[in-house]
Amino acid sequence: MSLVRSTWLHLMLVVLGVLLVRPEARAADVELVRHLLDRTGFEVDPDQLASLSRLPYEKAVDRLLAGVRTEAMTSAPASMSTKPPGPAERRRRSEEEQRRFRRERREMGLELKAWWLGEMIATDSPLTERMTLFWHGHFTSSLRKVKWAPALHRQNELLRRHALGNFGELLHALLRDPAMIAYLDNRTNRVGRPNENFARELMELFTLGEGHYSEDDVKEAARAFTGWTIDPRRARFRFVPDRHDYGEKTVLGVTGRLDGDDVVRILLAQPQTARHVTLKLWNELVSTPPPSRTLERIADRFRGSGYETSVLLREILLSSEFRSDTERGRRVRSPVDLVVGTLRLLDAWPEEPSPQVQRQAVRVLRDLGQDLFDPPNVKGWPGGTSWVSTTTLLARRGFLETALERSPSSLSSARARLAALPSSELERLVLPVPPTQELVRRDRVAALLLDPAHQLE
Amino acid sequence: MRRRELLRLSAAAGLGLWLPRATRAAGSSAWPGRHLVLVQLDGGNDGLNTVVPFADPAYRRLRPRLGLSTDEVLRLDERLGLHSALEPLMTSWEKRDLAIALGVGYPEPNRSHFRSTDIVESGSGSETTLSEGWLTRLLADEPAPSSAIASGILLGGDRPGVLTGAPDPVALSRPQRLTRRAKRLEEPGDAPGGNPALAHLLGVQDRLRSAAGRVEALLGKAPAALSGFPRSRFATQLELAARLLGAGLDAPVLVARLGGFDTHANQAGTHRRLLGELAEGLAAFRASLIAQGTWDRVLVMTYSEFGRRAKENGSGGTDHGTAAPWLLMGGRVRGGLVGTQPSLIELDGGDLRHGLDFRRLHATAARGFFGLEAPSIDRRFRALDVLKV
Repeated sequence: MSLVRSTWLHLMLVVLGVLLVRPEARAADVELVRHLLDRTGFEVDPDQLASLSRLPYEKAVDRLLAGVRTEAMTSAPASMSTKPPGPAERRRRSEEEQRRFRRERREMGLELKAWWLGEMIATDSPLTERMTLFWHGHFTSSLRKVKWAPALHRQNELLRRHALGNFGELLHALLRDPAMIAYLDNRTNRVGRPNENFARELMELFTLGEGHYSEDDVKEAARAFTGWTIDPRRARFRFVPDRHDYGEKTVLGVTGRLDGDDVVRILLAQPQTARHVTLKLWNELVSTPPPSRTLERIADRFRGSGYETSVLLREILLSSEFRSDTERGRRVRSPVDLVVGTLRLLDAWPEEPSPQVQRQAVRVLRDLGQDLFDPPNVKGWPGGTSWVSTTTLLARRGFLETALERSPSSLSSARARLAALPSSELERLVLPVPPTQELVRRDRVAALLLDPAHQLE
Repeated sequence: MRRRELLRLSAAAGLGLWLPRATRAAGSSAWPGRHLVLVQLDGGNDGLNTVVPFADPAYRRLRPRLGLSTDEVLRLDERLGLHSALEPLMTSWEKRDLAIALGVGYPEPNRSHFRSTDIVESGSGSETTLSEGWLTRLLADEPAPSSAIASGILLGGDRPGVLTGAPDPVALSRPQRLTRRAKRLEEPGDAPGGNPALAHLLGVQDRLRSAAGRVEALLGKAPAALSGFPRSRFATQLELAARLLGAGLDAPVLVARLGGFDTHANQAGTHRRLLGELAEGLAAFRASLIAQGTWDRVLVMTYSEFGRRAKENGSGGTDHGTAAPWLLMGGRVRGGLVGTQPSLIELDGGDLRHGLDFRRLHATAARGFFGLEAPSIDRRFRALDVLKV
């Protein structure tokens, strides 16, 4: 074989090689994977960043979506298995006993809040927790109204189990969830005296969104949910046939002797439900609104998959809008993300936090504007730039200063490891965009954590 | 395009309700240099034991244990009297700068604390949820003067309430801590273009630094303490307000808070103490503002998420109810009773029927006191005729 010919052949092979390897199949850009981890987790873990960066981006996304937990890693506080007092027991109580009961109930709420915070800090599946939090903001219920913490704990388990599972299954299950029934006043929804709260929020917030149903649809759907109540002694779902309206109803044009599950099926058949949920998750992950064709395409895929949340999530993470360079660092981190991410980064959360530490942590989240299990109202947290106001900015700053003070390099090996990193690597771990301030402090870790850019993801 | 249209358009486009201050024409604010001092009575104040229908036999029937006897009330007229704990307010009543709006509530009342608080603070009806406070929307229609330290000062804690969603209410419950912390903030660098989240953050940081600096300067001009204020936490909030107003504060809204009104059990003692605290604080505030010459520029208005049930419960307390009186005080207030006391006979499922929609009180502050005609203040709700022209 002549030299000329072999060179030509070689060249052909190279060209063929380039053609065969599609651009996406190349190893992903480290900055893009950093962005992916930032938006789907709490902080950027250097080992995970290194291993996922070796994969093509699409594969990195798939790796992230595989292997997510569906159950919490830490065990819930013992008080979460307490049985609620029955109505007879409550009537027998003296005022003193009633006061003690209220106090204990408040304590349980505090334990629940601190437990979830601890779970988010400890978990090896941050995406599960971020999605559980997303659903908590979508399907709100609050301790202030429900009062019985074990019921909200069970709801939290339900949200976690389906966090990246099937949206339809989650919806069917949630409408039997005692905390949800209590939160939306469905206990008193009975034939002849319907309470519309449940049906209204189901359409307005959970599925269709405002303007895509009529007041009659709400009234008719409310009748379908009559008799869906709670057994007060066990805090479990109970269907009471005597209270159910077995008459004919018409919801969104479908007529029949509909019950609650029928209404959910009717709502899931509406393309608007897929659109509404797609837009909600999009806004959780991407700062710019989706072009309408992109929204339609992704919503179609979502509904076509039978409402698999992982399909929806994958489509959003692969969208060119999410991947765009200009998207990086363009979202304000939520209080939970900032607190959990910082405590994970500094490894500053004790394995068995004292009640005092728990109380402080819960107070910090409340001051920052994201009191877990107590969203401001049924619409959940408005989020976005509203996280940062003159009130919360100082509280965010105060939290960061305290966290830094309490984890000096001499005590925190995580902090010491960070401090030993070369500047560029440290900056990449802590900030999504370059620092906005000149580094005047000698302590680089503190300087970067206190930089406004650290409040972004 | 008119500026206001632009504001609304930008809100519709999801750009946020607020344009940066620099885009406002200087000196174009319609706010008249007056101050609304809201006092939140948190937990649901028992209206029937605040303004007491002492001559009504139905009152004794509904309140066999909790009812106040004729010599425990301060007569306002032949039928109604104030709880005797409100005695410090009698000067204001006699000088005719205290008005009492009777039976304030709204249709389809909600009995959940937080939902009803949201309704009253956002100015919505019970069927709609608004995510912003009613004053936030008013300030979006009519921006505060660009020179103002902030649109609102929160004296009693961080909860923005009526200013929910506004970019710059400043929580001043602990002014020393604010100035100390804000001083440690670096001067924000310029935001690189094209990142609205970062621009927002640096904007807030900038406003905070300047607000803290000016609060410190104002307090430097004011006396360290004012005489006549009792030592309660509530009075401390009003004392701070008086110091700031005396030194020339230009924020249009101040919010104070007194909590603990959720009196389900053993109400008598608690309610007496709370009303005493309220009255002593307000009386000291009034005296102080009259002395410094700012009383004519201030409207004090109390509010609560709901009143309580007409009938007392079995624990010597009262459960969540509906309508209740709101108090209005100030140099421009024309004193007296406004509206009608709800009937104790024609109850609605055991609850008082409201006579005045609370949104008329909002309109009284916005249109009557501030003179602002704004789209967010619904014209269907007329201002009350309680202000001197």
